[in-house]
Amino acid sequence: MSGVDVLLLARIQFGFTISFHIIFPAITIGLASYLVVLEGCWLRTGNEVFRTLYLFWSKIFAVNFGMGVVSGLVMAYEFGTNWSRFSDFAGGITGPLLTYEVLTAFFLEGGFLGVMLFGWQRVGLGLHFFATLMVAVGTLVSATWILASNSWMQTPQGYDIISGRVVPTDWLAVILNPSFPFRLVHMGVAAFLATALMVGAAGAWHLLRGRDDPSIRMMTSMAMWMLLIVAPVQAVVGDLHGLNTLEHQPVKIAAIEAHWENQASGGVPLTLVGWPDQDRETTRMGIELPHLGSLILTHSWDGQFRGLKEFAREDRPNVAIVFWSFRVMVGLCLLMIALGLWAVWLRWRGSLYRSRPLLRVTLCMGPAGLIAMLAGWITTEVGRQPWVVYGVMRTTEAVSAHSAAEVGLSLALFVLVYVTVFGAGVAYMLRLMAHGPALPGEPMDAAQVKGGRGQPRQPLRPLSVVAEPLDRATARRPSPG
Amino acid sequence: MGIDLPLIWAVIILFSVMMYVVMDGFDLGIGLLYPFVPGKADRDVMMNSVAPVWDGNETWLVLGGAGLLAAFPLAYLVVLSAFYLPIILMLLGLICRGVAFEFRFKASDQRRHWWDKAFIGGSAVATFFQGAILGAYIDGIPVADRAYAGAALDWLTPFSVFTAVGLFVAYALLGCTWLILKTEGALHAQMKAIARPLTWALLAVIVAVSAWTPVTHASIAHRWFSIPNLFWFAPVPILVSVACWQLLKSLRRDPRAGPFLLTLCLIFLCYTGFGISLWPNVVPPAISIRDAAGPPQSLGFTLVGALLIIPMILGYTAWGYYVFRGKIDASSGYHE
Repeated sequence: MSGVDVLLLARIQFGFTISFHIIFPAITIGLASYLVVLEGCWLRTGNEVFRTLYLFWSKIFAVNFGMGVVSGLVMAYEFGTNWSRFSDFAGGITGPLLTYEVLTAFFLEGGFLGVMLFGWQRVGLGLHFFATLMVAVGTLVSATWILASNSWMQTPQGYDIISGRVVPTDWLAVILNPSFPFRLVHMGVAAFLATALMVGAAGAWHLLRGRDDPSIRMMTSMAMWMLLIVAPVQAVVGDLHGLNTLEHQPVKIAAIEAHWENQASGGVPLTLVGWPDQDRETTRMGIELPHLGSLILTHSWDGQFRGLKEFAREDRPNVAIVFWSFRVMVGLCLLMIALGLWAVWLRWRGSLYRSRPLLRVTLCMGPAGLIAMLAGWITTEVGRQPWVVYGVMRTTEAVSAHSAAEVGLSLALFVLVYVTVFGAGVAYMLRLMAHGPALPGEPMDAAQVKGGRGQPRQPLRPLSVVAEPLDRATARRPSPG
Repeated sequence: MGIDLPLIWAVIILFSVMMYVVMDGFDLGIGLLYPFVPGKADRDVMMNSVAPVWDGNETWLVLGGAGLLAAFPLAYLVVLSAFYLPIILMLLGLICRGVAFEFRFKASDQRRHWWDKAFIGGSAVATFFQGAILGAYIDGIPVADRAYAGAALDWLTPFSVFTAVGLFVAYALLGCTWLILKTEGALHAQMKAIARPLTWALLAVIVAVSAWTPVTHASIAHRWFSIPNLFWFAPVPILVSVACWQLLKSLRRDPRAGPFLLTLCLIFLCYTGFGISLWPNVVPPAISIRDAAGPPQSLGFTLVGALLIIPMILGYTAWGYYVFRGKIDASSGYHE
């Protein structure tokens, strides 16, 4: 077996496990902040609808959090199993950042998560709200550490290389590296957006099935407001992130745009669709809009930026993957903006909760935020190839010296176990969403849940906050219609 | 510099791993004992006896892994590359088992047996590979040019299979004595009956490993049997004998916490024994904690967070066990 096979298998394995994992923390980040808003609104207005929604979404939050913890266990070890050369070289920086991420997560689980999930009966309203707020802050802090680590690998600074290994010289420079602020905001907003779409889809599902009560309307309405505001914000943030990438990783931008070379004069066109051909250094069947590439990336009519041919062949990423994953992300973002505008138009017309076409589209767009987020990560991670630490260490130098059989076997096992275990978990979350929030007047069981640290239901196992059965056989409740 | 950072980190990681072994050991042991207790009610009690604590126990595994990368990157990469397949299989076993904990109680009667099997299988797989890793680790890892220099299945030796079986016995005894502490009635009596042969089996394992390692490793023989070390380390085997004797004695009376605490002592003594054999190597036979340590800037930076958070984790763990003290009966549990 050649070394290339092992490298490819190791990359697929990492991509597979991290893609599965990232879905859960993203929803955790989004739902945690949503829960803060719900509880805040409830405390301000006293409207019970907010509390109903809080209790409903906190169950889904709990299951999702559990899945994130279990899938994250693997990530802490994969840097050593598959990327030992990388860990040897860069462990002095990525190790401490990962440890801080883990410590932050434990800090969160140990204290505030317990109060948030089980503390309704035990602490005052103000303290409970504070706990919810701290959980939301904690999810963002946790994300900050891991994005600092990833961003450092994209735009490294604040280090020396001493006897072949990275030594941090300035932690502040390491953490606040040039791409970090953009990546943090872009990912945070992506998590909010993905959550808003999921919440909106859950609301639309119930409305389409004829369940129309204040809590369903409220969550649909809140999701659509969120979409209207946040989707355009994400477009702006993404644009800024792109400009930052142009400055620090110009070849990634050239690949995203399939921009092979500058013409003698005139601006760079924007290739809408096409098939970039890496070997022939051209884009086949490309549909181009003149000057738009210049306009987007240099904010001028005739501006030029470096094309792929200005970089050595071995320094270019896979253009077709980056080109298309970027278009999936941007295309979905444009759809989200359109959906937000459509919803506000129908809201103004008074038919937001009745328009079946809108509700159907909202339902279909439920996973769009997560798909766009994964497409974005594929763009940035494939786009920085062939480097694992940008400009410093190549991915080929990072991989462990395992046989392809070993890595292939472990990959197959990961696929098998992940699809089964997390498939069951996701199916369970979807069932909870389909079950819906408590009906008006229905007692809200979660508020009476006895639990906490040391109790049979306790916060380190957030999954146990939910009492609903796993199988469909026992889970039906009479339709509210 | 005044502070010996590699030493402090070695202590933190040794402590994390020990916490993991003694704490996750008994709940893995519950999974190993599951096949011998077929009734649903008894199985509910067994699982409920560890349900509130098991995932806190796994905290230490994650902390150990991340801490090892931060403090001893060389050890992290060598150990994880050398034990590539066993580590991944162990993690997958822990995933199956962790999810089974939750979903078993939410599953319908027809489907519950799947989660029972996931629980048993996950516990057995995780235990087996932890034991095999332990044996292969003691045997030493060939390293060349700061990377693992062996083959994919080098970890699979008669000794590592033996230590895997040994760990089965150790975890089963921990689980068994935990249940003696936490249960009553028929289950309590059954566990009491199993504990005696398990204790003898564990003693046999300890004796075998204590004979096997010095015979195959001159350095370990020298560490234990040279003068004056012989006198310094003599308390370890003596205390092992005393603990076994007390354990067997306590099982004859009406036992409560005694057997579990004595088993913990035994495990701790074994752990100490391994530490004496291998210190100061973090990757036997040749890489010491100083060779493997990362840059002091990394160790110092991470230490701040670790010293802030680890006492908190210890505090809430202790509180959790305190709140959850006492016997479990069939009615208390996940479902109110």
